[in-house]
Amino acid sequence: MGMTTPLKRARGLGSAHEGADHFIKQRVTGAIIVVLSAFAIGMIVHLAGADLATVKSTFANPLVAAALIALILATAVHMRLGMQVIIEDYVHGEFSKMLLLLANTVFSGAIALVSVFAVLKLSFEG
Amino acid sequence: MAGVTTEKRSRARPLSPHLQIYRPMINMVMSILHRISGAALYFGSLLLAVWLLAAATGPDQFKFVNWLFSTWPGIIVLVGYSWALILHMLGGLRHFIWDTGRGFDIGTVDLLGWATAVLSVLLTAALWIYIASQQGWFAAWA
Repeated sequence: MGMTTPLKRARGLGSAHEGADHFIKQRVTGAIIVVLSAFAIGMIVHLAGADLATVKSTFANPLVAAALIALILATAVHMRLGMQVIIEDYVHGEFSKMLLLLANTVFSGAIALVSVFAVLKLSFEG
Repeated sequence: MAGVTTEKRSRARPLSPHLQIYRPMINMVMSILHRISGAALYFGSLLLAVWLLAAATGPDQFKFVNWLFSTWPGIIVLVGYSWALILHMLGGLRHFIWDTGRGFDIGTVDLLGWATAVLSVLLTAALWIYIASQQGWFAAWA
């Protein structure tokens, strides 16, 4: 109809009513996590068994705290999208699917919120 | 599709072949492991959150969580978590290669699958040998 191209008419009509947004977000956050978790693993291994004062003085460095917060946020987005796909693949009842998708968002958000707040508190106390 | 569910089914309908029909192949196994490790990491994120939360709460709570992670069940969970993390990360890097349109011939697919599996075990072992030496576990056994 009219002047629209076939592509324009098809856009957004997939089962999720969106395009490659999910695919791109998952890869961008994935790449961020690869870089930052390499740093975080090294840091955590060195802090394993350390006392609280050492943890606080490590987190007091703004770059360390910022890198950790970036990792936490990227991870929250990444894990939410990943679990969303798993739920959509296996749960077909409309109500239970919506309930699980909601729980997924709440869990990912809560993990991010608690972790970011803890990092900030430790950083400011250090 | 709405009509299908309301229609009375007179006999069992044929099902499409599923997992148990196929001989396991490395790319299929790694694909399944990628999803399972992803789901494990989803709940494993609690481990880091609990550690951070305990540290932010107080010295006693932090000491308790550190003790919990140093018990045998704690260490087994952490080894499993680190293996899932490394496996899922290598699987993700493999997907980055595929995203460029390269590596789709069967030889490369098999190679990447086996490389992911073998490297994930080697890197996890290397990580924990390093942790063990750093924590002085080897000295404790000697």
